[in-house]
Parts: sequence; structure tokens; C-alpha cells
Amino acid sequence: MAEYKGVLIFGEVTNGKLASITTELLGCGRNFADELKEDLCCLLVSDKTGETAPRDAIVFGADKVYTVEDSLLKEYQGETYIQVVERLAKELSPRVILMGQTPVGRDLAPRLAFRLGTGLSTDCVDISVDSETKLLRQTKPVYGGNAQAIFICDAMPQLVTIRAKTMSPRERDDSRKGEVIPTKIEINMSPIKTKIVEKVKEEVTGIKLEDAPVIVGGGRGIGGPEPFKTTLKELADVLHGAVGASRPPADNGWIPEAMHVGLTGKIVAPEIYIAIAISGASQHIAGCSGSKTIIAINKDPEANIFREANFGVVGRYEEVVPAFTTKLKELLAG
Amino acid sequence: MPDIKMVVCCKQVADPEAPPTAFKVDSATNKVSLPRDIKPVIGQYDEFAMEAALKIKDKAGGKITVLSLGNNIARDVIKKTLAVGGDELILLEDESFEEGDSWSTAYALAMAIKKIGEYDLIFCGRESSDWDAGQVGLGIAEILAIPALTLARKVEAIDGKARVEQVIPDGYQVTEVSFPAMLTVTSELGNLRYAALKGIMAAAKKQPIVWKPADIGLEPSQVGAAGRRVKLVKLFQPTKEAKCEIVEGESPAEAGANLAIKLRETKII
Repeated sequence: MAEYKGVLIFGEVTNGKLASITTELLGCGRNFADELKEDLCCLLVSDKTGETAPRDAIVFGADKVYTVEDSLLKEYQGETYIQVVERLAKELSPRVILMGQTPVGRDLAPRLAFRLGTGLSTDCVDISVDSETKLLRQTKPVYGGNAQAIFICDAMPQLVTIRAKTMSPRERDDSRKGEVIPTKIEINMSPIKTKIVEKVKEEVTGIKLEDAPVIVGGGRGIGGPEPFKTTLKELADVLHGAVGASRPPADNGWIPEAMHVGLTGKIVAPEIYIAIAISGASQHIAGCSGSKTIIAINKDPEANIFREANFGVVGRYEEVVPAFTTKLKELLAG
Repeated sequence: MPDIKMVVCCKQVADPEAPPTAFKVDSATNKVSLPRDIKPVIGQYDEFAMEAALKIKDKAGGKITVLSLGNNIARDVIKKTLAVGGDELILLEDESFEEGDSWSTAYALAMAIKKIGEYDLIFCGRESSDWDAGQVGLGIAEILAIPALTLARKVEAIDGKARVEQVIPDGYQVTEVSFPAMLTVTSELGNLRYAALKGIMAAAKKQPIVWKPADIGLEPSQVGAAGRRVKLVKLFQPTKEAKCEIVEGESPAEAGANLAIKLRETKII
């Protein structure tokens, strides 16, 4: 049987730069690698991985960076990417593989687990090494966030995906040394049965949710698409923030899916999250619980959101929010 | 064109819409319990998967086989899939199927689909509403060695191919895949339709087919808890302390203004 050693991270690159989830994975992977006294490797896959991203992978903690470039890898496609990660995972036989719980990770990690015949825990929020067995204790929210489960997998490699913003990256260390290893992996086109015909961008104007310091989120109780563009937007503008929503407004088409905050939407962690007419279902809380301050405005005093919030107002949002916005404007101008 | 043969995988789960305060974990058995008056339901994403198959049947015709794995599957819950337009219901039902993980579940479902034999499209929800893992659909596709597309928000069948709108960050992509293929479905596809009275009456007369592990060529040691790759060590509810400060006023508007003052005073804004 092969010996399983080291930690491998599946890294992601956006616009030539290392994605923030990847620096988070490197931070957490570095800790395991140090604890196990083994190498931390990072895989970068793209049509062009460039120089910045591989270098940054080292700066943030990797010992070895494998770069795989191919024009066929320009866009993520499960059938091509799985060939690359399967090959490299088999060649390196790492003890641990970490991926982000991102659109790519969600699609790729299960394919890899079944190809390698190992187990997988998705969407983990906490991971530690069991001192006796050296196996990973993998903690993930279940039942839409109503409970958490700790898993252990004794099949190798131990594969997990990690929720964004739950792990801390290390400080940049530009003096760190490491090795970049360009790797050629031939993509076999014969098993490719899917073809991307077109991509359609649904524009969201203003600040991106992931970057917004303040998010004003609306729920089912908003009642329709209009208030997202008026009442909620005006409040967000005063605070230089962005408008988001829980799942019902997204499913009803009141807002584009890109504005959906929750377990199956975006995971955000702004300074301030203002939840308006949101009941506080666990699956929504999963998307915003990392916020520094949560403020709830809801007409139902029993709404679960008040169990999550730091500050709250009980009342109809149509009356509360405009007065809140006006007063804020006044205070911020003064 | 011959009828399209579809398989939809549906799981019975504890109602995820139940109020969060109703969820209790029994730490001795590592199981979640809900009060008796909250009935189990079909997983919400599985319902969207069912609707995706029905939309194809509406347009192009076809046969829908619903597949569900578990033990003590409530007939009145799962038969909803027949009432809305499913043609056949197969239950993988046995004590030994209990407490599986994504691996053992996907393996048993894939073996059942092999036994069904002919299929063009397999539909699964993007993830279950209890364990939220999002692995089983892709696992089935890997085991059957067929292509898989995830997060479908619209599916059409055209000339032996599926044309699928997949949700991607900041929009969607249109992807085509030849039959047979596995698709996971997300919430934007739309809610499962209501059953008509005629459908409910017809479903009441139909009996599900029940398969045991041996019927799909598996030993009890290969399914459920015995076939797991990932072991559940502990299930718990993180403790939470209520800390919300309610800001009041003479009227809702005044409370809104007072909230602004409060946030300013505490230097949050």
C-alpha cells in the first residue's frame, strides 16, 4: 500500500491572483503540515497560472506549488479538472486534501472522493488533528445549521472542503522559500460529454457582496422586488454598503441569485449585517453568522433572527426602515 | 423520438422548515429529533429535482421512476412523487440502509439504477436537507461512469441531449450533455407543483416496489452504516446565548430613529 504523506491544497486563482479562500486554506494547511512535520503542497490549475499566484502560494505557506497550465483548463469544467486533480492526487498520495467550499470545490471534491474511493466532508468550519490517531476531526454544520457534526475518515487521503472565512490566513512572509513545479498533465478529450454553449452574466450594480463592509439583507417579508431597489437600497447607500437577500427573494426572482446570502448562496462576513423582514432560518444564518454586528428589523418579536442579532427593532419594516435611514443620514452628516 | 427515461432520487428528511428551536440532538444516539407533530418531508432540493423531471415529461413525454433509500419510509410522504406525476416508485428500504454516508448511499442508489437498466437522465437535489453534503448525485455519476452537471436551474431535452442552465457565480451558463447524464437541481428551478385530486387518488392505489440489499446485488455489509467511509463521531448543537438588545420607541418610526442613535452612541456606525 502506498504511503500517504503531506497536505495538498487545491488552490484557486481569480484574475491572476490567489483567491482569498486559498490563502485561508494555506493558513490552515500550514498548521497541519507543521503538526505532522510534513510538506504543504498547493495545486494551481488554469490556462495560465502566471507568476504572482504561485509565488503568493509560497508566501502564504506552501512548500511546493504544482502549476498545471492548458488552454483546455481556461474555464472550470468538471470533466477536465477532475483528470488533473485525480492524476496529481494519485502521484503525490497526500494524507490530507483541502479544497474550498466554492462553486468549483462543491463540484470537484465529490468527483475526486468517488474516484479515489475515499470519504469526504464538505463545508467544514473547523478542523483539528486528533492527537492519538493523527486523523482529522472534521466539523461541519448539518440540518441547515441547526446542528453540527464531527466526522473522522480513516480512508486515505482525507478529503475536506472548507467554508470561506472560517480559517485565518498567515501573514504574508515574502522571505519564505519554496519550489514552483510546472507540471504537464495530458487532458484526454474522449470522455468529455459536456459542452459549455454560453455564459450569461447577471449584472449586479454597486459594491459586490463579498467586499461590502455593510450589507442590508431583505427576506420573504419584503413582499416583492421593488423595496430592494428603493427602501433597502437607500439604507445601503447611506452606509456605503450592498443589498443582499435570503433564499425566498432569490427563488421568487425578486433579486438575482448573486445577491443571495445563505448556505446555498454567498457566505459573507461584513462589519454590519442588517436583516430586514428575515425570519432567520438556519440556512440563512449560515451565510451571515460571521458578521461582526447583526441588526434585525422584524415585525414578529418571536422571529429566530432576534436570537442571532446584537440589536433589534420590532416593527413593520415599511415604517422602521425609512425613519432609521433618515436619522442615520442626519447623524452621519453631523 | 422515444420517451425519455428518467430517474429521480428523493430522500425523506426531518422538515428543514421546522422552527430552529424544535430541533433537538440526542447525544447518546447522535441523532436529531423533532416533535412528533412535525412530519417528515421530501428533501426540498429533491422536490426541485422532481419538478425538473416533470417539466421534461410535460414537453417531451417520458417515464419517471422515483427512487428513495432509507428505512420506515412514510408512504404518505413519498407517494407525493406519484401524485404529482411520477410513474413508478422504487424504495430501497431496509434496516441495513440506515445511517449511511454519502458513499454508501450513492453506491446503493447507483446499483439500483443499474438494475432499472435503461435511463437517459438521473435527477438529484443539489444536496440533502439534513446532512447538506452535496455528494450523492456526483457519486452516482462517478460510479455509473456517466457525465454530471450540477446546480441546474432549467433543463430541456432536445434530440438525445439535455440543455442545462447551470448557476455559476454572477450568472448562469448553458451546458449541453448527451444522454445518459446525471443532473443536480437547485432552488431556482422552481417549486414542485401541487398534486391534482386525480393524481392523489391514482397514487393511493399504486404500491411502491421495495428492494432489499440482495435485490441490487449488495451484502448488508456494503450498505448503510456498515458501508460508510466517513464516521460520525459526535452530533451537537452549538450553544448560543441570547444577547439581542431591543431598541424601542413610541412608534415603529421612532424606534427606527432610536436604533440609528443607539448605533451611533455605541460607535458601531
